[in-house]
Amino acid sequence: MPIETWLIFILSFMIIGSIVALEIKDILSAVIAVGVVGLGVSLSFIFLQAPDLAIVQFLFEIFALIIMVRAFVKKDYHQEEPSKVNKILIGITIITLLAILYFTASILNLLPEFGEPLMNTAQYYLNNGASDTGAANLVTSIILDYRAYDTLGEVTVLFTAILGALTVLRIKSKSHR
Amino acid sequence: MILYLLCFTLMLVGLYGILTKRDLIKIILSASIMGYATNLLLILFAYRNGSIFPILRKGVEIIPMVDPLPQALVLTSIVIELGTTALLVALALKLFQKYKTYDITKIRKLSG
Repeated sequence: MPIETWLIFILSFMIIGSIVALEIKDILSAVIAVGVVGLGVSLSFIFLQAPDLAIVQFLFEIFALIIMVRAFVKKDYHQEEPSKVNKILIGITIITLLAILYFTASILNLLPEFGEPLMNTAQYYLNNGASDTGAANLVTSIILDYRAYDTLGEVTVLFTAILGALTVLRIKSKSHR
Repeated sequence: MILYLLCFTLMLVGLYGILTKRDLIKIILSASIMGYATNLLLILFAYRNGSIFPILRKGVEIIPMVDPLPQALVLTSIVIELGTTALLVALALKLFQKYKTYDITKIRKLSG
């Protein structure tokens, strides 16, 4: 079977999974449905020839699931509270999103077809990456050599986010004093 | 083309969740769905027909490889997403401790 067919199948599965995750009342089921969507992303990375990304996405999925379940699912775990939802507002939102989809279709037409990327810069990396950096894995050579400043910025953002999470969790709120 | 459209639809589903849901946990889940869709779209741009992953091996002649640049950028993006999700979860937990609810329409007072 061609790769497009597999990817269309996985993507439809992911769309159904995310709609289920958003509409279901039970929070544990919603978290697990989003986990299924993430594993679908990991699977499509394998189909798209990106093994490093598949591994990282898999790990991310496990960690996110552990964090969410640990944080939100207690013994008497929380269900989405029933609330009066404005039907008109939801209708307007869906119509607007469909309009966005319609106008984006013409923009996506301008892009190169699936399977034929531009490869202007990347061809240089593919040809000279091994001799320039000495890394057999070209993704590693880009992350740690050609675009090392990007990685430095990424580590800074990650550090700041974790620092923010720790700081927020350590502050005692007034009701607990 | 159809793949790009499906992937964009996945992102719009996440946007719909952020715009219409009132539960904080649902909003966090929608944000992570949008992140998945964006990463997947970038990797879809990178695929080249009939090519293999960009890892050089000894004794194998040069064959076409997929674009390694989006893969490197998405690798950093996934890791950042984990940090962002952790920060959002911490904020939601703190709000729950104060207000005893995850419903954003009931969270009104702004004093810490």
